[in-house]
Amino acid sequence: MCLAIPGKVVDKFETDGVQMGKIDFDGITKTICLAYVPDIRIGEYALIHVGFAIERLDEKSALETLEMFRELGVLEEELGAVQESPLAV
Amino acid sequence: MKYVHEFRDPELANNILSEIRAVATRPWAIMEVCGGQTHSIIRHGIDQLLPESIELIHGPGCPVCVTPLDMIDKALAIAAMPNVIFCSFGDMLRVPGSEKDLFRIKSEGGDIRTVYSPLDALKIARENPEKEVVFFGIGFETTAPANAMAVFQAKQQNLKNFSMLVSHVLVPPAIQAIMESPTNRVQAFLAAGHVCSVMGYTQYPPLVEKYKVPIVVTGFEPLDVLEGIRRVVVQLENGRYEIDNAYKRVVNFDGNIPAQTMLAEVFQTTDSAWRGIGIIPQSGWRLSEKYRDFNAETKFEVTGINTVESPLCRSGEVLQGMIKPHECECFGKNCTPRKPLGATMVSSEGACAAYYNYGRFTASA
Repeated sequence: MCLAIPGKVVDKFETDGVQMGKIDFDGITKTICLAYVPDIRIGEYALIHVGFAIERLDEKSALETLEMFRELGVLEEELGAVQESPLAV
Repeated sequence: MKYVHEFRDPELANNILSEIRAVATRPWAIMEVCGGQTHSIIRHGIDQLLPESIELIHGPGCPVCVTPLDMIDKALAIAAMPNVIFCSFGDMLRVPGSEKDLFRIKSEGGDIRTVYSPLDALKIARENPEKEVVFFGIGFETTAPANAMAVFQAKQQNLKNFSMLVSHVLVPPAIQAIMESPTNRVQAFLAAGHVCSVMGYTQYPPLVEKYKVPIVVTGFEPLDVLEGIRRVVVQLENGRYEIDNAYKRVVNFDGNIPAQTMLAEVFQTTDSAWRGIGIIPQSGWRLSEKYRDFNAETKFEVTGINTVESPLCRSGEVLQGMIKPHECECFGKNCTPRKPLGATMVSSEGACAAYYNYGRFTASA
């Protein structure tokens, strides 16, 4: 559960006054809280942990990490469980 | 046994390993604090690629493993109550309490839901105003900002039916406790990269000075771990002790200030029990006075908890680096990830589960 996965910001919006966004993880899109990286822009990458962006990441590092997670099957492990959840947004 | 060619950049991995071999002349014991690093080390056989004189001691940085037994028992008691929807990260469902685990409570009719984010639990609370929704807020500093935000929003939205069972633990006090232990063998630390992405590493220079111990902020990927090890070995061999950052692409000295501001708003530090280790002063967070209405522990007045740890389980010794998982008599026999005696066999970040999943049944496997 301590895993943080890189994802790309594809949309930004506010919900109840909180900065939220759509994040694309290698084809899987999820709604994520961006309140802790308020200046992040669409097209930039961040590390995502339990539904929150915790830090920015440059594109090269993000793509390399995603590639490694994909090879290890970690993406399905982390995000697959999310998709099964009825709560996935 | 894994091989270097499985690394993302085998040439770089080989170069780092060659440097470590060239510089290492004496035995050193290095602790990787974070369970994610332990997982990476065992999965990629990093410990077996290193010179024999370098020992990696697996630290207590698996939140699932160190959540104290009385908290698990409280979670079980609350989850079994009628009218409660109990929400948790999936890893916690198989953690053994004194008598049962959350899966068992679920099979007995408890409404237990696995969520990806604490904000999912908040959503469930909004959608079920007639129910009490409780979130099991565990984790290290990495996870705490998410849980803090859920409580902050619950207060802002005046959600009366949401509360959190909080069991947050902190890395720097644990490092201090390890260094103060009379049985300590650790000579250097790989600090947990994602914890530092939130908190920065402002808290480490005093520890480095006081205990004359190198601390290197380290990431989780195999190459990150190798580089962290290389940097501590260089320091150790040269008699230096410094704070260093081998995870600069994610971590800066000050950390994530908006997240720290939210943590200071919602939590305050407290003495905290660590499963298998005991109480460490000022090593946890609890809800501050302003947010006490959201404290599930007081809301549900769970009393009469009488914790009983498995007499066979040696996870405390594993968590403190005193034994390796396969040295426990129960390992792989009456304790497996499907039927765990202790929490270290549950989470994929637990040392016992990592050893089991990657076939480390003997010292030489």
